[in-house]
Amino acid sequence: MELTYGKELNKALFNHDSGFCPGCMHPLINKILGEVLTENGYLENTVMVMPIGCGCNTIRYMDVDMVRGLHGRAGAVATGFKRVRPDKVVITYQGDGDAAAIGGLETFYAANRGEAFTAIMVNNQIFGMTGGQMSPCTLVGQQTTTGERLAQHMGYPVHCAEMIAQLPAVGFCGRFSVHTPKHVLQTKAAIKKAIELQMNEGKYSFIEILSACPVNWHIKPEDGPKVIEERVLPEFPLGVLRDCTKEA
Amino acid sequence: MSKKETLSEGKRQILSGNTALAEAAVRAGCKFYAGYPITPQTAITEYLSERMAETGGVFVQAESEVAAINMVLGASAAGARAMTATSCQGLSLMAEGMSSLAAGRIPGVIVDVQRGGAGTGAILPSQCDYSFVTRSLGHGGLHAYVFGPSTVQEIVDVTGRAFDIADEYRTPVLILTDGVLGLMMEAVTLPEFKEDIPDREWKIEGREGLRPKMMTGDNVKPPIAQENRLRDIFVPMYEEWEQDPLYEEVETEDAELIIAAWGSVARVAKTALKELREEGYRVGMIRPISLYPFPTQAFRSLDPAKVKNIVVAEHALPPQLMFDVDHAVQGRIPLTSCTHSSGVLLSPDEIADACRKLL
Repeated sequence: MELTYGKELNKALFNHDSGFCPGCMHPLINKILGEVLTENGYLENTVMVMPIGCGCNTIRYMDVDMVRGLHGRAGAVATGFKRVRPDKVVITYQGDGDAAAIGGLETFYAANRGEAFTAIMVNNQIFGMTGGQMSPCTLVGQQTTTGERLAQHMGYPVHCAEMIAQLPAVGFCGRFSVHTPKHVLQTKAAIKKAIELQMNEGKYSFIEILSACPVNWHIKPEDGPKVIEERVLPEFPLGVLRDCTKEA
Repeated sequence: MSKKETLSEGKRQILSGNTALAEAAVRAGCKFYAGYPITPQTAITEYLSERMAETGGVFVQAESEVAAINMVLGASAAGARAMTATSCQGLSLMAEGMSSLAAGRIPGVIVDVQRGGAGTGAILPSQCDYSFVTRSLGHGGLHAYVFGPSTVQEIVDVTGRAFDIADEYRTPVLILTDGVLGLMMEAVTLPEFKEDIPDREWKIEGREGLRPKMMTGDNVKPPIAQENRLRDIFVPMYEEWEQDPLYEEVETEDAELIIAAWGSVARVAKTALKELREEGYRVGMIRPISLYPFPTQAFRSLDPAKVKNIVVAEHALPPQLMFDVDHAVQGRIPLTSCTHSSGVLLSPDEIADACRKLL
């Protein structure tokens, strides 16, 4: 039987193999983002603001116009872009090192202003591209190339979705995962909702998505979902934390 | 001061350098401004907070200068003429973003109303960012076109040109003023609103726009492709700029001594020059208006048999303009530095005295 998944379901992907590491969940997130843009008809009208870090490899796989931001600056770049072109779908795509460490201020203030774009933060609890250093979301006790996270020196993992959910200007915010098919569908529904809120009501959304980084977690690629279930979810619970469509 | 009162069309009016610059930007078609408060720049940001909305533009008070320059990058990539303004410390924070504008060939106008000194420095005027913006725009060694106007009218004039150069060459353009010029009020004539702003066909607008896929700031290329980009685009662009630097020469024909000065210091030097001429001294002045490209040839073509000395007057210590003049004259004419810094200002008498000692 011929494989039917392809161009009609997802018009956003280039037709070549992924160069992401085995077990990395960026390709899957790229894929569902592409599906959403294909399904809701926004693909031709979308501009992505790209990060520095593993997430920027998306440049090679998604056939979408992009503005390449500096490390951490996607929130500011997207603010400038969207204010000039409110008719465009604007999506920032960053990792936790990019969005929560060096870009913490830009991420927070874009959310606080309620800028009408959709922020996607892929949280793999590590700096992937530079080879496994401690990130703001690194778990307590997790080994990194810059040491073990000890709470007495480095505090606790930063809960971005919970922080941003407190801001009244935010339209939709939550933490999601792609480690099982069920979670993939939930994440896809969340991205879809966020983009619709952006275009129909001019709302800001923050979608945090958990990902595995087997290479830098020093686990087998196939063990990523299991480790997310056992170690990551207890620290980073999933769920919708703010939804303006459900508020009275 | 009510904005509407100050802005009667076509007739001369008294405006501060900061207000005049902000209004000139609006009239040059600036449709996006992001800024963060810092003395002595703040008046630009305050003025535009109201004025951008009146003229169909966007104003954002950024959370930092880092964010402001990156907002400019996003707005400009989307197609708008965009500007930010700051003062020294803020410009340091913008260094990374300015480098990114240059590398991505994204136009943008950046204003630096200079204050004094390193670190927290002082809030009084200086010219301490000259080397910072003329040697290399942040990391990476690329350049911006840099203006150093000397009167409020010239601020207005170069602001209009800044937006045009930014678009024509797809480059960041800097305008360096200082606390003197920013706060000083002078009579100016504002230009009409610019109508014929060319569309940026390269702007990022999704797959509806130009194909194949468009991207700004693309450095995901093999090293040789990146090097060729420098060789084919940036180096020729800077060479073209260097063919036509902007400068003013004052009574240089018979001069035995030349004063080199820019911006607010050139005003002081002009008073000193007038005084010296009245006393019979043959003194001239070369005033760079574009700091990058620097008017190298204007200095290099001075005849050492006639010109005995060049007094380089500036508000920077250690000297900064001095190095460009030195590079231009290549040791053939002795240089004398005449400086103050940190908000201490040169007086006409000090510059005149420095000249008298050499004549």
